[in-house]
Amino acid sequence: MYLLVTHPLAAADTLAPALPLTLRVNGQAYSLPLAPWTTLLDALREHLHLTGTKKGCDHGQCGACTVLIDGVRINSCLSLAVLHEGHAIQTVEGLGSEQQLHPLQQAFIDHDAFQCGYCTPGQLCSVQGLLHEGHARTAADVRELMSGNLCRCGAYKGILAAVLEVAGKELGISS
Amino acid sequence: MSFVPLPVAKQALLAGFAAPAAAPTIILAQPLRMTTITGTLLNAATTLAGKAMKLTPDLQPDPLLHADKFVSQPYPRVDGRLKVTGSARYSAEFPVDGLTYAALVHSPIAKGKITALDTAAAEAVPGVLAVMTYLNAPRLQTPSYAYVVSMANPLAGSTTTLPIMQSAAITWNGQPVAVVVAETLALAQYAASLVHVRYEVETPRLTLAHHQDQAFKPDHVVLLPADVTKGDAEAALPLAPVRVDNLYTTPYLNHNAMEPHATTAKWDAAGRLTVYDSTQYPVGVQEALMEVFDLKTSEVRVITEFVGGAFGGKVAMWQNTPLAAAAARLVGRPVQLSLARASVNYLVGGRTTTEQRVALGATADGQLTAVIHSGYSMCTPDVYAEQFSVMARHQYAAPNIHSFQRVVELDRVQNSFMRAPGETPGSFALESAMDELAYALKMDPLALRRRNEPVRDPTEDTPFSSRHLLECYDQGARFFGWDPARPAPGTTQRGEWLVGTGVAGCYYPVQPLPATVRARLTPAGDVTVFTSSVEMGVGAATIQTQHIAERFGVAFERAHYVQGDTDLPQWRAMGGSAATASVGAAIRAAADKLTDELFKLAQADKDSPLHKAERGAVALRTGGLYLTSDPTTGVAYADLLAGQDKPFFEVEGSSPPPTEGAKYSMSSYGVHFCEVGVHADTREVRVRRFVTVMDCGRIVNPKTARSQIQGGIVMGLGMALMEESAYDERTGRLMNPDLGEYHVPVQADLPALDVHFLNLPDPHMTLGVKPVGEIGIVGSAAALANAVYHATGIRVRDLPITADKLL
Repeated sequence: MYLLVTHPLAAADTLAPALPLTLRVNGQAYSLPLAPWTTLLDALREHLHLTGTKKGCDHGQCGACTVLIDGVRINSCLSLAVLHEGHAIQTVEGLGSEQQLHPLQQAFIDHDAFQCGYCTPGQLCSVQGLLHEGHARTAADVRELMSGNLCRCGAYKGILAAVLEVAGKELGISS
Repeated sequence: MSFVPLPVAKQALLAGFAAPAAAPTIILAQPLRMTTITGTLLNAATTLAGKAMKLTPDLQPDPLLHADKFVSQPYPRVDGRLKVTGSARYSAEFPVDGLTYAALVHSPIAKGKITALDTAAAEAVPGVLAVMTYLNAPRLQTPSYAYVVSMANPLAGSTTTLPIMQSAAITWNGQPVAVVVAETLALAQYAASLVHVRYEVETPRLTLAHHQDQAFKPDHVVLLPADVTKGDAEAALPLAPVRVDNLYTTPYLNHNAMEPHATTAKWDAAGRLTVYDSTQYPVGVQEALMEVFDLKTSEVRVITEFVGGAFGGKVAMWQNTPLAAAAARLVGRPVQLSLARASVNYLVGGRTTTEQRVALGATADGQLTAVIHSGYSMCTPDVYAEQFSVMARHQYAAPNIHSFQRVVELDRVQNSFMRAPGETPGSFALESAMDELAYALKMDPLALRRRNEPVRDPTEDTPFSSRHLLECYDQGARFFGWDPARPAPGTTQRGEWLVGTGVAGCYYPVQPLPATVRARLTPAGDVTVFTSSVEMGVGAATIQTQHIAERFGVAFERAHYVQGDTDLPQWRAMGGSAATASVGAAIRAAADKLTDELFKLAQADKDSPLHKAERGAVALRTGGLYLTSDPTTGVAYADLLAGQDKPFFEVEGSSPPPTEGAKYSMSSYGVHFCEVGVHADTREVRVRRFVTVMDCGRIVNPKTARSQIQGGIVMGLGMALMEESAYDERTGRLMNPDLGEYHVPVQADLPALDVHFLNLPDPHMTLGVKPVGEIGIVGSAAALANAVYHATGIRVRDLPITADKLL
């Protein structure tokens, strides 16, 4: 199925022609013209209005914009949208819904793994990426490999507890 | 005592609380404006108000002081599902038709003026709608009051009284000089890079060290006196058998909340302004925008559904908000100004650098005879003097205390509030000094603190409303396994790591803020409380939902808390760790009013089982109005409202004037124990564990409260080990306005955190609560620094404690 997004701003991007692009996000295909310099983060937030993915620094320094590309976590602020045609892009909106939470989302609530909530979508996607990588063998590994996602509220203890609860078995980590 | 401070009275007057009834001659129709009132008059009014407050009888203790059906239970956050699914909307995330995007150009000089502006190249970029500078910006009124100066003045929602892009003058490095508006953010940012500005440069004043000779005494330090003297500490100090006297310095710090300050501004055809703004204080932003744009209350609406962290950095309006609104007016379309991370740190001021002297004198057995806490911090023309010397006025008993501060005006961005302003840098100095004194005395630092625990407030000579600090010490020592006879500093090594332990106390005062709420009761038994407060992560919505359920006697699912919109009843800034108590007091007042109203209905009904009951004998319980002596006798809400011809019943409630604060010394207290490892060769510091015990009164929600304290400790760890805003001393440029160079703690830095609450109610507070939000950071850096000293034998008095300082 196609969802055609006509962005009224695209026509103004006449420095270089906007490129017709199809992005597959959370299983949904979106076709839209995009200026070639548009970051994946801005494409998601400003063009597709998927604002679950957050912008904290726009420099790849905070991890709030973490999304999954074919299961691999990346900082979407450091990547251009045009590079991801044909990829399976997953954002927090694709993880679970308010009615049906993913176990990881439920664990974040149970362990109070956030306060303001702004880093949370990036943390959640990053944990998924971490599991996909399969490198974490200990709680210390999890802490090291989750250190690209800043949380200024300092909810790290809850985040770690949530990750270990959900991922412990999968990764063979004992908390 | 040569000066009797009456801070609460002063604060009450300034804050626009109703004055106490016993002082009718000084009721002020308008909140006082600091800029138009002389110090003498203010002090006279304060003294009168203080006396009146002392004469005011104590409020009745809250009947819910020990309630525990909903209060004190670890409810998960009511907004949790929204946050974990990405559905919680922050201020740059509201869909608005025809939205445009803005980016800022900042001054690279600290002082001088713009002599030429070349915006042609930026304007020529296709898709750029406007380049706004002081030459073409709409004429904006300059905010007349700064929140940082007048604090609780509701008309002072702006952080500073600087003109907003109205002239060529430059007063700080990082000041916005142009706003570029374009069809996309990328175009706005690109075009911003094409704006060329020429400046005439004057010599700026940039550092405390270079301009200390121009230091002056501020009118007040956050509404408290800049000088407090008890006895003669200067004379007593040299006579003390044991003394320490040292300088401590803390660097400038930035909040760096994860969500950059964001504003979405739109004007409608009738000239009304709506802004979605990332603020702790929607009403303050509304008031400030009204003044800047010369609008009426009904013409400005501020909506703030969620705030992505704030920590004081979003207390009052900074220039980004009016600039977004002005740009929207200029281009005739809605504008989103979501600040780049660097822009946040250029135009939002952080915590001042401080240089503090703490001198302590004691008898040989550890009784304090002299306490001196003084020093310097920075300010700008809107003098915000961070009150770092205040903890020394309340924490330890001593016959001679001198706490005083001076400020140095610099050409820098307005310094501002950051989590526990005052107490955070102040506690680093005071609690480090207590540790140093303990070593000088050859005494256990915990025993030294116990030895000097006061019976009454040391400088105000008032009783404590509740103070269980000794119990915190005892419990903490037990949980931590504190050894009163620790090995000497620098003597414990395990493998490659030098290991040490440290302890520090903490304190954070009760600072009531006025709040008004509207409570709506439906016949179905749903209770909704409306107020313009915001949720910035502290758990306010969850806590108050628990409170509503308890107070109105309804199920948790029937209790609702609606906030974040200036169309709702007024409420003051989310700050001062005051929200739970202040909003809570207003909810209590609303419930009392509702009880009155429902009681009248019951009395008027001859068939009601409460027809002949006394007002004092009934209360809101289990979905209706019931006898307190017999909870089965009463009337359900549905029956009480049955005869009414309206779909719901509404009452308003406001928090009462803070008269208790004039009679009692009211604060939260606590203690941190910390264990660190310092690598013997590299001098890397790894924090191993914190054990913290807090006397924060009754805890409404232990889950969210624990997160608050843990978050404070993590931020304190950052302050102790890594955080520092580095300013170029020649140009005043912030050199690390980003998260790559300004280091904040990450997951791998996390120590084991073990946080406990005494959970003892303060009898003079609604629900028995005391401040929670900020006290966690207080003392945490000192506990860590004291542990580093114990591990290495090296005393670092200059934060952050980086490896080079431990060589």
